[in-house]
Amino acid sequence: MTKVKVDNKEFEFDPNKNLLINLKENGFNIPHLCYQEGLHPEARCRLCVVEIDKKLITSCSHYPKEGMEIKTKTKKVKRARKVNAELLMPEHMDKCFRENKHHDLCNIISDLGLKKVRFNPKKKYKVDLGAAVIRDDNLCINCGRCVQVCSDIQATYAIDFAGRAHHEHVTPYYEKDLPEMYCTKCGQCIAACPVGAISEREHLKEVLKVLKDKNKHVIVQTAPSIRASLGEEFGMPPGTLVTGKMVAALRKCGFDKVFDTNLGADMTIMEEASEFLERAKKGGPFPMITTCCPAWIKFMEHFHHELIKGKNMSSCKSPHEMLGNLIKNYYAPNNKIKKKDIIVVSIMPCTAKKFESTRPELASDVNYVLTNREAALLIKHFNIDFVNLPDENFDPALGISTGAGAVFGATGGVMEAALRTAYELGTGKQLTKIEFDQIRGMESIKEGSMIVNGIEIKFAVANGLSNAEKLLKIKDRYHFIEIMACPGGCINGGGQPLPYSKNKVQARMNAIYEEDARLPLRKSHENPVVQKIYKDCLGKPLSKKAHKCLHTHYYKRKL
Amino acid sequence: MQDIILLNELRKVQDKEGYVSEKSARKINKKTGIPLSRIYAAATFYAKIHTEPQGKYVIEVCNSPSCYLNGSLNLIKYLVRKLKIKSGQTTKDKKFSLHISSCIGCCDEAPAMLLNDKPYTKLTKEKIDEILKKCK
Ligand code: SF4
Ligand code: SF4
Ligand code: FES
Ligand code: FES
Repeated sequence: MTKVKVDNKEFEFDPNKNLLINLKENGFNIPHLCYQEGLHPEARCRLCVVEIDKKLITSCSHYPKEGMEIKTKTKKVKRARKVNAELLMPEHMDKCFRENKHHDLCNIISDLGLKKVRFNPKKKYKVDLGAAVIRDDNLCINCGRCVQVCSDIQATYAIDFAGRAHHEHVTPYYEKDLPEMYCTKCGQCIAACPVGAISEREHLKEVLKVLKDKNKHVIVQTAPSIRASLGEEFGMPPGTLVTGKMVAALRKCGFDKVFDTNLGADMTIMEEASEFLERAKKGGPFPMITTCCPAWIKFMEHFHHELIKGKNMSSCKSPHEMLGNLIKNYYAPNNKIKKKDIIVVSIMPCTAKKFESTRPELASDVNYVLTNREAALLIKHFNIDFVNLPDENFDPALGISTGAGAVFGATGGVMEAALRTAYELGTGKQLTKIEFDQIRGMESIKEGSMIVNGIEIKFAVANGLSNAEKLLKIKDRYHFIEIMACPGGCINGGGQPLPYSKNKVQARMNAIYEEDARLPLRKSHENPVVQKIYKDCLGKPLSKKAHKCLHTHYYKRKL
Repeated sequence: MQDIILLNELRKVQDKEGYVSEKSARKINKKTGIPLSRIYAAATFYAKIHTEPQGKYVIEVCNSPSCYLNGSLNLIKYLVRKLKIKSGQTTKDKKFSLHISSCIGCCDEAPAMLLNDKPYTKLTKEKIDEILKKCK
């Protein structure tokens, strides 16, 4: 610990953390925009200035030294902060008329008591419209967080700064738009942006329109992680499970049926675990790699298409696409509804799922994808008092699920669910302990092993695409690999409530495992609806029909 | 190390082709593994590396202090009017490209400019007319 003085009071600072974090941890409110925990400080915004020895320095890029005397409230500091904020304002305020509480900059501006924009905004850029992620450079203040996230955390390098001085701006190579290039649509840049310059392509209008259409049978399904985070949008503490309220609210919005993507997840596990057991019988190809994450799939198609040739990728569709297909080809005929009258809306923590739903080979089984944030807007649109809603249950036709489906929301969850089922189907014996603690938690790469029929199965889990890159380098050590593009898994997806914080993600993770523990059924193959679907319609896992409905293929994509 | 490799590659292409096209950037990416967005970032950072095809004659007018104090801004405005292009652009007939540059080391004879890397100094509007007339 390092002894320092802040505003003439003594403190002990952690020498391994920068001044900004130390000050924040000791209760000082220092405005800052370009620095985010987990990224390296680039000191671009100059808002975090403090005074040391009569000099102004950026606290995010300096570390405590013994005897340092830091001043945070001098006239000089206050003036510098104000002017620096004013210099960032024109770019943003020119377009952001509302005071948006999600925009860090708007909050800082109001904290500093600034109102008028004194300087003229100098740039006008086109807006980059995509099927999933939208970039509006006119709001951008060049903080660089998105660039760092996309390169350091996601290893995708889709965007970078181009130009110099006042020509500097964030862009994909050669001023391309995101849709035409190798951006994975993971949406992590959305979560990083402090001013809302990057956002999801909204599909609210379209959904509101079909909800009004009396001839359409509109079905909504919700991803495993939504129930652990939707409450935040209504002021509930992070990690509150709102499964029952969520279902009730969606019904109030006018959806004809509320189904559970967790059931799709259970189906995924049946197919994926069977696929794995089949490979185990044949002796390969290993490792088999999971395919639930559409951002990972797109990344793989651009950068690692050797995995397609090597047949390492599982052929399973992602859970909501499986459920979408079952809704259209199983639920619809069973209930005498024409396929074309059914609209499937998925509520997902994810922006890449928006892109996934436009893939031609998936044949619009899912018509619209809304992010968690959009779902909250939808519920607010209907003036529903979310917090005080009595709990309701999913529609049972496709709404019963297990704890195995629930844990899909966190990194390691798909693997854990698959192992539970693979073991029991493969050995015919019951697992004595169904929690796989080795692959729980937020670590970047986790691994473990399990003996099935006398053979050791080695498995590994990576979250964050830069960690996926690392794991792929040693992939041959393993039989089974799970990859999720977002750090922490879907609970930290690009469509989750903003702003990002590590503690929030941890709280959501705890909630997911809590949901698993409280459910009476915790293994996919025990799900009665799953058993019924196979009996009535698909036969058994990996059957011809199952392949037609629940499996897909991938392409090599250019850079 | 990666930065040095990248700069070398960019300079090679710039010297040979007059600008770094998307195609050349892809070649550099294939050869070095450096991401395309990083290549574009570096190419747009350096004034001497272009990402658009350049005219037959590339004019770079210095606008650093010495030249600025000696009226470089007027010369730039004059060139903008005369060539009907802004700084950073190329004339329709692909004859001239105009750029504003930082100090080119001719401060003692300011204002100065480079024409296809050859320095011209103590510039006036008349002198510029003369120089451009010789460009065929
Ligand atoms: S969506 Fe993901 S891959 Fe695309 S620019 Fe943002 S961080 Fe990069
Ligand atoms: S888009 Fe957002 S995160 Fe990226 S540089 Fe601009 S303000 Fe920062
Ligand atoms: S947070 Fe320190 S300069 Fe931006
Ligand atoms: S300032 Fe123009 S050449 Fe040096």
